[in-house]
Amino acid sequence: MPTFVYMTRCDGCGQCVDICPSDIMHIDKTLRRAYNLEPNMCWECYSCVKACPHHAIDVRGYADFAPLGHSVRVDRDEEKGTIAWRIKFRNGKKDMELLAPITTKPWGTAIPQLSKEAAPSNEMRNSELLFNEPKYIRLDEGGLHTLESNGLKMREGVYY
Amino acid sequence: MFTSNPFSELSAFIPAAVMQAYIILMVLMVIGGTVLDMMHKKSAQYFFENAKKAQKNAKRSVSTGEKATIAVKVLLDEVLTSGEFCNVKRRLSHLLTMYGFVIFVVTTAILIFGYATPEASAPVILPLLWHIGALMLAVGGYWFWFFIRVDVSAEGLTWYRLERTDLFIVSLLATSTFGLIWSFTQSQGITGWSTLFFVLFIISSTTLFGSVFWSKFAHMFFKPAAAFQKRVTRADGSRENLPAEYDLTDPAVQAKFPDIPEYMGKNPAYMGHGIKREPANHY
Repeated sequence: MPTFVYMTRCDGCGQCVDICPSDIMHIDKTLRRAYNLEPNMCWECYSCVKACPHHAIDVRGYADFAPLGHSVRVDRDEEKGTIAWRIKFRNGKKDMELLAPITTKPWGTAIPQLSKEAAPSNEMRNSELLFNEPKYIRLDEGGLHTLESNGLKMREGVYY
Repeated sequence: MFTSNPFSELSAFIPAAVMQAYIILMVLMVIGGTVLDMMHKKSAQYFFENAKKAQKNAKRSVSTGEKATIAVKVLLDEVLTSGEFCNVKRRLSHLLTMYGFVIFVVTTAILIFGYATPEASAPVILPLLWHIGALMLAVGGYWFWFFIRVDVSAEGLTWYRLERTDLFIVSLLATSTFGLIWSFTQSQGITGWSTLFFVLFIISSTTLFGSVFWSKFAHMFFKPAAAFQKRVTRADGSRENLPAEYDLTDPAVQAKFPDIPEYMGKNPAYMGHGIKREPANHY
């Protein structure tokens, strides 16, 4: 679902231009408002949606889950650590909301401090293991982590 | 220079009545330009249709008292302190240009209508405010023009690239700059240059007030209305189709969205600022 900009809400601040990893959010040279210059190339990461301070960027929903003329709006609340979606059909009768966590730890507190790690030895360089394996995949804690070992269960539904 | 009234010296060449007529003409041009702009872009029609659509989606009605509170909030937050800007630099630049423009225009009108004769000596504060207003306008405007506007800072376009969209900011900058240089050359007694910069000052100010139909001058009238409408949609629950604001500790919310308590616990922590921890300058 590529993103698009509501021109009337955009104030041309450039937050989306700054954040877009695909470099497709740009400022229109004449109107000075942001636009997605190549929706085909949109990774649909919604970085621009979360960065926009005016909720001026929305997504075009795919026709397989909502008929044409619907509205898909997103509110990513970083301070709460959640993302909320609202999908509304054009007749207004179907109005669905979804709320999901996007982080479980405060931002910036769980970043590995790689610069503080010791440089790899020659033996490590020649090994087939990647950096910090098997520690990072936790094989040294007694096997791979699974849903079962973490007390979780596979639920019915669509998983990607 | 800062304490001398440039219009009092000008009255030796141009009668005060002509200056006053010019001010009235500019006011009429702003009114006419705004009305034409509104009719051409159908912005008022769009605004009211949008408001009606929002009202249809409203979950509760907003009382007149509440609307008055919202109007006060809009005045304090969006109008007086440019609160809609999330970027501090943009906000400061806008505040400088806005207050500079207001001070500059108001003092110009007072000086021309009250003290535009050599005999009438204006209180020192008035010409001082006129110069300070023009300076604030120039500082905020040039800061924006060279460093802040995103087509230069993010898009890598040259600062001298002009579009019709730039009509407002360029005529604002030209008015304040030529006004200041005119006042300086006049106070130094450099007659030829003073006349030249006065002519440039009048051309730029006429462009500023006469080009409302083509420029974004009218934003100072419709922006507060749009900000008011935006706050009303938040108050009446229509929220422009945005999702509701959830209280994550509310058991009803946790029952509706079980992922929240499962992954974040019953009392989710404050997560702090995410991408806003760093300014947007990764171009």
